[in-house]
Amino acid sequence: MIGVPLTHILFLSTALFFIGVFGFLTRRNMITMLMSAELMLNSVNINFIAFNKYLFGHQLDGVFFTLFLIAIAAAEAAVAIAIIINIYRNYQSIDIDDADTLKF
Amino acid sequence: MSISSFIFYFLAAFILISGMLAVTTRKIFRAAIYLLFTMIGVAGLYFWLSYEFIAAVQIVVYVGGIVVLIIFSIFLTHHLSSEMERPNLFRMAFSLLAVLFAFTFCYFIILKNEFLPLGAVPLDLTVERIGAQMLSLTEHGYILPFEVVSMLLLSAMIGCIVIALKIPVESSQKNEN
Repeated sequence: MIGVPLTHILFLSTALFFIGVFGFLTRRNMITMLMSAELMLNSVNINFIAFNKYLFGHQLDGVFFTLFLIAIAAAEAAVAIAIIINIYRNYQSIDIDDADTLKF
Repeated sequence: MSISSFIFYFLAAFILISGMLAVTTRKIFRAAIYLLFTMIGVAGLYFWLSYEFIAAVQIVVYVGGIVVLIIFSIFLTHHLSSEMERPNLFRMAFSLLAVLFAFTFCYFIILKNEFLPLGAVPLDLTVERIGAQMLSLTEHGYILPFEVVSMLLLSAMIGCIVIALKIPVESSQKNEN
């Protein structure tokens, strides 16, 4: 534990976040975009836990934020998948470029 | 290099490689499986940081819940044999550039910043302590966000059912006309 500096963990979480951003920008499929969003949320959780471990070892706040984030991510994924299934039913496709009825 | 730091670097490489594969592979089912490996790697990282409760929650919610939900929705919306089309090269190059610049920017800020530990005595993390503080009404209790999140989960579940509900054929035809 002591051997690894905090910046290395932050490197991991930053890299994971930007991998998620890259996926979100390049993918055109709604399910894979949702997966990229989950990667980003996970990297934020790693940040909370690492800061709590290294800087605020006498408190538990990072743990609570992580728990709430996981709960909110679960709710978000469920709602997103419901929307995706509804879009698939209406357009027979989940490509983000096909669902353009609201586009002006 | 001690065993402990070796485990960290192994986990980090595992997470990053499977995350990269999850966003670049062209078979959607494989992307879901790589996402599963990434989540397991993150849970392993929490175990390594000795936050066992968070690691358990991560496995239960992400690996057991969200990834399974994603796999189910893939089954509902895809033919598994089909490959996704190759992304536009222009968009790919510019996304890569943007991501690389943003990453170096953020990491330079992290390297410049000096992190000073504040906690004198690290707590031992027991589930009793987490539960007691989460449900306490005193100054550092988290009962209000707990209740808000529980309401959010309830409304999200009801919302999911309503959104994914199949509308009867007559009424949907009426809407189309």
